[in-house]
Amino acid sequence: MFDLTEDQLAIVHMVAGFAAENIAPHAIEWDQNHHFPVDVLAQAGELGMGGIYVREESGGSGMSRLDAALIFEELAKADPTIAAYISIHNMVAWMIDKFGNDEQRTTWLPGLCSMETLASYALTEPGVGSDAAALSTRAVLDGDHYVLNGTKQFISGAGSSGVYVVMARTADTGSAGISAFIVPDGTQGLSFGALERKMGWNAQPTRQVVFENMRIPAANRLGEEGSGFGIAMKGLNGGRVNIGACSLGGGQAALDKSVAYLKERSAFGAPLIGQQALLFQIADMQTELEAARTMVWRAADALERSTKDTVRLCAMAKLVATDAGFNAANTALQLHGGYGYLSEYGIEKIVRDLRVHQILEGSNEIMRLIIGRIAVDG
Amino acid sequence: MKIVVLIKQVPDTAEERRLDPGTGRVDRQANDPVIDEITERALELALSVKDKDKSTEVAVLAMGPEETSKAIRKALSMGADSGIHILDPALAGADITLTAAALAAALKGAQADLIIAGNESTDGRAGIVPAMVAEHLGLPLLGALASAAIGAGTVSGERLNDAGTQRVSAPLPAMLTVTESFEEARFPNFKGIMGAKRKPVTTLSASGLGIATEPLSTVIDLEQRPPRTAGRKIIDEGDAAAQLVDFLVTQRLI
Ligand SMILES: Cc1cc2nc3c(=O)[nH]c(=O)nc-3n(C[C@H](O)[C@H](O)[C@H](O)COP(=O)(O)OP(=O)(O)OC[C@H]3O[C@@H](n4cnc5c(N)ncnc54)[C@H](O)[C@@H]3O)c2cc1C
Repeated sequence: MFDLTEDQLAIVHMVAGFAAENIAPHAIEWDQNHHFPVDVLAQAGELGMGGIYVREESGGSGMSRLDAALIFEELAKADPTIAAYISIHNMVAWMIDKFGNDEQRTTWLPGLCSMETLASYALTEPGVGSDAAALSTRAVLDGDHYVLNGTKQFISGAGSSGVYVVMARTADTGSAGISAFIVPDGTQGLSFGALERKMGWNAQPTRQVVFENMRIPAANRLGEEGSGFGIAMKGLNGGRVNIGACSLGGGQAALDKSVAYLKERSAFGAPLIGQQALLFQIADMQTELEAARTMVWRAADALERSTKDTVRLCAMAKLVATDAGFNAANTALQLHGGYGYLSEYGIEKIVRDLRVHQILEGSNEIMRLIIGRIAVDG
Repeated sequence: MKIVVLIKQVPDTAEERRLDPGTGRVDRQANDPVIDEITERALELALSVKDKDKSTEVAVLAMGPEETSKAIRKALSMGADSGIHILDPALAGADITLTAAALAAALKGAQADLIIAGNESTDGRAGIVPAMVAEHLGLPLLGALASAAIGAGTVSGERLNDAGTQRVSAPLPAMLTVTESFEEARFPNFKGIMGAKRKPVTTLSASGLGIATEPLSTVIDLEQRPPRTAGRKIIDEGDAAAQLVDFLVTQRLI
């Protein structure tokens, strides 16, 4: 049950090779120069990473959620920021495959699967994050078009993406009044805020997305009117498993670097790895990551089979894995002493990158809210 | 066009490799087995022909123990259409003459227009197997090329040597070997990985090929490479350049 298949091992091997060659050597530089490597993303797309769990008949790779988790963990070992962006892109591609009609699939998915076109997910607004059902961006039907007005906040990939899946209000009925729309870049009335300056995730842009009397054809509505919140949340179930996997990869990389460093660094006349206090920290990092990995794999399997406890397991996986990943990275920084604090060693970047995983795709408080409510109300 | 690529599974060069003093053979347990990088480049060349002309059929041929099937599977995931695995315990430790005879026998049935191999392997290395295979098959060999142009009826290429660049060409069917100047191999994509196990692999034994299994050569002796000793340090007291030249001359390095 916990052994990977030969295919999965081959997939992990390929992704690790790709990431080691094309991502890892540049990760620090991209972070420092705030460079979003769209060319490397297109290479990843050629290998099938743009539509990992998009069905084959829609042009995707048709792989499982567990395959996806393995892929994101490997990518994140090289750079959590790039891995996380690819995870958001895949979430959007899957939403179009799952909830779109044939025409929408044939229009958007070829470009998304090859990653020649990038995708963004636009739910959060300046005034609403955790309480997403209270969003206020408005979409009003006018003939065979919708007219959108409002602002989305913190949108990953904004300004570089070719496709935005936007959640907007079509009725004043709470979460039941939200619809999802496919908005292509270049639409008149669509504009972007300035690049946000952030603690981490610097190799991908985060911007506001602004709609001012933006008209899009009614045919760009994804799913039925009023189904947008459900679509957004279903996308996030997978997003949470994937972001958890990204944290595992970052945490594992930080742990592996720590083991190597403690073997090589001497103090008080002997390699530091001989200090049991430090060895125990390694043991704790490893155990927490492995426990979280087990949880991520289990949630991925639940998602794949659409079991009844999918929502709960995905929330648990996200909570456990993003905490374990961040804690491992932060401990790794301490184990590296002053060198951990220098950019050159790559550890402080992992800490900065993984910190946001505890906040987005539903904050870890919101994960507890979901888990707690299900525990209490069933 | 049908292209057969000879691929070899070798111990990973990223780690230290060793010979087994008992058998005189490469210790294949000591390292992860991988496709020899040079034969990956050979495969890349074949696949680049297929990229341009989809009707091109690319087969890979490998001789080796059970685990060689992994190298064949990897080649199939990268885009080769089929595999041939010469698998026979009696061929374990085959020398170059036997290896060449076995490969040639398998190639006789394969009806290739072009056979591509690496110029030499990174493990037990003589660099002669492709030439012997070509000899067995009576095919022209364009060896150790730096570049190649593969046409419908001919193959041509360039070979670099001390004197300059040789331009060589041959009518098909022919055999060529690539050097490190060829493109690095592509990564297999997900579809390739998932589809590899559905592609056909033929397994052939020595008796099936109708070849003998007695090697013609034996390893008489082998020695571990002596551990490296500390180098000589030249301290510059005005005559370092002269000392350096002396050293290089006495070592016949210049
Ligand atoms: C770098 C970055 C990239 C992002 N990318 C995207 C993107 O691509 N698309 C997108 O739509 N959004 C994106 N987000 C937004 C992200 O999902 C939100 O920031 C997140 O959901 C939290 O919302 P908020 O910031 O409004 O915080 P708030 O909801 O205001 O919460 C503030 C704090 O209160 C806590 N809290 C809130 N409600 C409760 C409660 N009921 N019980 C207990 N605690 C509570 C929260 O956990 C948090 O700690 C991104 C954010 C960042 C920082």
